[in-house]
Amino acid sequence: MTRFIALVKKETLQLMRDPSALIITFVLPPILLFLFAFAVSLDVRNVPIGVVLEGDGPQAQSLAGAYAGTPFLKVTPARHRKEVEQHVVSGTLKGFVVIPADFDERLLNPDSGAAIQIITDGSSPNTANFVAGYAQGVFNNWLAGRNGSGRARGPVIDLQQRFWFNPELESRRVLVPGAIAIVMTLIGTLLTALVVAREWERGTMEALMSTPASMLEIILSKLLPYFLLGITAVIGCVFLAHKVFGLPLRGSPLTLLLVSCVFLVPALGQGLLISTLSKNQFIASQIALMSAYLPALLLSGFIFEIDSMPPIIQTITRVIPARYYVSSLQTVFLAGDIWPVLIPNMLAMLAVGALFFAITFANSRKRLD
Amino acid sequence: MTVAVEIERVIKRFDEVEALVGISARIESGRLTGLVGPDGAGKTTLMRMLAALMHPSEGSIRVAGCDITREAAAVHKLTGYMPQRFGLYEDLSVMENLQLYAGLRGVDKSSRAETLEKMLRFTGLGPFTKRLAGALSGGMKQKLGLACALMARPQVLLLDEPGVGVDPVSRQDLWAMVQELTSEGMAVIWSTSYLDEAERCEDVLLLDAGQLKFAGQPADLTRRLQGRSFLVGNIDGDRRSFLTEALDLDLVRDGVIQGACVRLVLAKGADRTPLETLVRRHHASLDSVAPRFEDAFIDLLGGGPGGRSPLAERMDAIVSDRSTMVECHDLSKKFGDFTATDKVNFAVQKGEILGLLGPNGAGKSTTFKMLCGLLKPSAGRAEVLGLDLRHSPSAAKLQLGYMAQKFSLYGLLSVRQNLVFFSGIYGLSGKQRRERVKEMIKVFELKPYLDVSPDTLPLGFKQRLALACSLMHRPPVLFLDEPTSGVDPITRREFWTHITGLVGKGMTVMVSTHFMEEAEYCDRVALINRGQLIALDTPDRLKASVASADLPEPTMEQAFIRLIEDQNQQAELEGQAA
Repeated sequence: MTRFIALVKKETLQLMRDPSALIITFVLPPILLFLFAFAVSLDVRNVPIGVVLEGDGPQAQSLAGAYAGTPFLKVTPARHRKEVEQHVVSGTLKGFVVIPADFDERLLNPDSGAAIQIITDGSSPNTANFVAGYAQGVFNNWLAGRNGSGRARGPVIDLQQRFWFNPELESRRVLVPGAIAIVMTLIGTLLTALVVAREWERGTMEALMSTPASMLEIILSKLLPYFLLGITAVIGCVFLAHKVFGLPLRGSPLTLLLVSCVFLVPALGQGLLISTLSKNQFIASQIALMSAYLPALLLSGFIFEIDSMPPIIQTITRVIPARYYVSSLQTVFLAGDIWPVLIPNMLAMLAVGALFFAITFANSRKRLD
Repeated sequence: MTVAVEIERVIKRFDEVEALVGISARIESGRLTGLVGPDGAGKTTLMRMLAALMHPSEGSIRVAGCDITREAAAVHKLTGYMPQRFGLYEDLSVMENLQLYAGLRGVDKSSRAETLEKMLRFTGLGPFTKRLAGALSGGMKQKLGLACALMARPQVLLLDEPGVGVDPVSRQDLWAMVQELTSEGMAVIWSTSYLDEAERCEDVLLLDAGQLKFAGQPADLTRRLQGRSFLVGNIDGDRRSFLTEALDLDLVRDGVIQGACVRLVLAKGADRTPLETLVRRHHASLDSVAPRFEDAFIDLLGGGPGGRSPLAERMDAIVSDRSTMVECHDLSKKFGDFTATDKVNFAVQKGEILGLLGPNGAGKSTTFKMLCGLLKPSAGRAEVLGLDLRHSPSAAKLQLGYMAQKFSLYGLLSVRQNLVFFSGIYGLSGKQRRERVKEMIKVFELKPYLDVSPDTLPLGFKQRLALACSLMHRPPVLFLDEPTSGVDPITRREFWTHITGLVGKGMTVMVSTHFMEEAEYCDRVALINRGQLIALDTPDRLKASVASADLPEPTMEQAFIRLIEDQNQQAELEGQAA
């Protein structure tokens, strides 16, 4: 026990003198959370489009007014297509709606072809879809609102949408939990991989191994301080997310902490595994970034939905601990302590972690050859 | 005497390579045993096995009565091991390092304060407990490393090359500490490629290419050379060209320059006539001297290299009408409040070898770096061929070749690519570049290694390559920064053969070194301590300046230690007065 305490003390002192660890724990989280809360946004508001009003019929005028009135579109009015085409090419407008000169007649005679034309900028498909859908929506609403005059072109069934968990459909509510997962991955995997590799690089591992300290003691003493550091970072992140960025916290903070502790098992395990494979800090950091950080960013479902990935990629995400962590965090933040979701997630994280630790211990011997 | 270590027919293979080839030996308690050999002899491998960090492929080793394969945990308890870089945490303070190892060694709370106190007294690190280990000088790091290894209160203490990169004053301290330990009954095993260290061990195990060449007291090995070591003095003309000629004689096994004299080792029972003729031709004197351990070592390993440098022979003589090639006036460098170099003045003449010596942290490297344009002086002037390094650094740098410590070769480039790269950065191009590269390959016999990484080269070849790279542009001045630190004596001789040859062609050489033996090759030696130039003279006169009744014939190392200590004392007196 004396040995273990001595090792933990040493590790803690080193940690406190290592600016990179402190930056990742205390400076990176606010920056990341801020970025994901404000700068990165998957929401669309005030999309600039043009509305080309070719004729002056009352119906046409009324529809043009409806477009101008919506908060999601910023309308540049025009009388001729040529005026707005240029802007779509240059990218200042994301598309335009053409209300033809004979709009009023077309409206009265549904068989005369499409009433309006919607052109969008296909070079950014998400926005293009949004513009098309929204322009269509405005038109349908406008039609439905024309109390009965002319035959209704609107849908027979009226759809009333309600979004659960994130009624305002604010993307930050989904992104911020993802940012927490990124921070935890960096602390758990990258920092751990680096500290062990550093011992090898500086020749201190050789000196440690020549003492009676066992490999288990050496490894556990490295994990403990980083585990605590990770937990500290989570508490900081949750505080920021909830109090500063106004994210709801529908589950209990303790559940959140529990889920985070469980995530640290595979995260630290992966860091250790990397450091046993590479005894060089540079290579260790590369492996950590490729095998932990990038998957946490791309495959955890925090930016790109897993359900819309090709099946093979979906299978790969199953071994990525961050996937379960992101899903658990989103659940606790937005839905509450939903144990039927959380427990399978935690079991999956523990299983991946156990695998990493098993491989690590099988490969660590107190020998240099 | 009890046996501390028993090594039985040990073979160690790494993949296909045999690092140790059937070694058997015994090491006794209460004695200092040197593990000696050139680079790549297998010293570190054997050390790691003694520390139970590697297992032998065949054979067995018992340390303090425990088998290292089956009872590794017990071996770890009973041995203290200081690896090559001392195993210290540079971001922890002296005290924190000691506390860590005290904890790892299970020194209990009640006796811990006392143990730490004892260690601090023993190592003299008491005033520095709060300093980070990374900020300690090489000598202090080594003492701290030793203290950490001693926390085990070991029966067997293993020190892997503790003397590398450490100045003579610190080495002397360490030596005294280790002797105190052996007198308490500890077995101390000290691996080294420095033969002066080996000579002072009570027993030595001499390894070469994985084989045990000799085991016993160094004096026994030295005695075999009785009557074969000679000193040639009063040489009429250049002592360097005399050495070259002497080494060409078949009967000369080894030769080095020692101040104004040349020291030679002759083959066993050889006819001395050719040497006597040569000596007469130079109107020199030939005196038999007591053999040294180094003589015996080189003889055992098959003799030193020849005296001719194919490199120097290919070089054109350096023509310059200048007589002063390198010069500094009141050269100073400050880092914050700390004065690393304090108003240093000297001049190096054409065809001279000037050695820069000094303890770790004395300002030797700082001075050296200012002279070759790697650091900007805070005040004063440094000139190479009259070009001020501050105002025309590029023009000055083209006039000098620089070979850095550890050789600074690119491990990710092949040998050929390194040569091409260095010729490029020195401004060679086209046909001239191709020819120079070709020439270097031929002169240094690098052909078989062209497509491999320099990292995999044997040390001697690495050194040749580094020298080739720094000479690609035929500079009139060559700067060597601790060129043979950690290099074995044979490789070092080969290196100096080239340097001697180049100087013969009129090259001017500045060398910084920790090796007293290297200092002997210099025409003049500048001794730097506490940032100041405290002595500048020929090696012989420096030695003579400290001679006294109880030290009639001081060695270079003794002279070095004496001069440094005198200045330190004086500085302390002045400090007290102020």
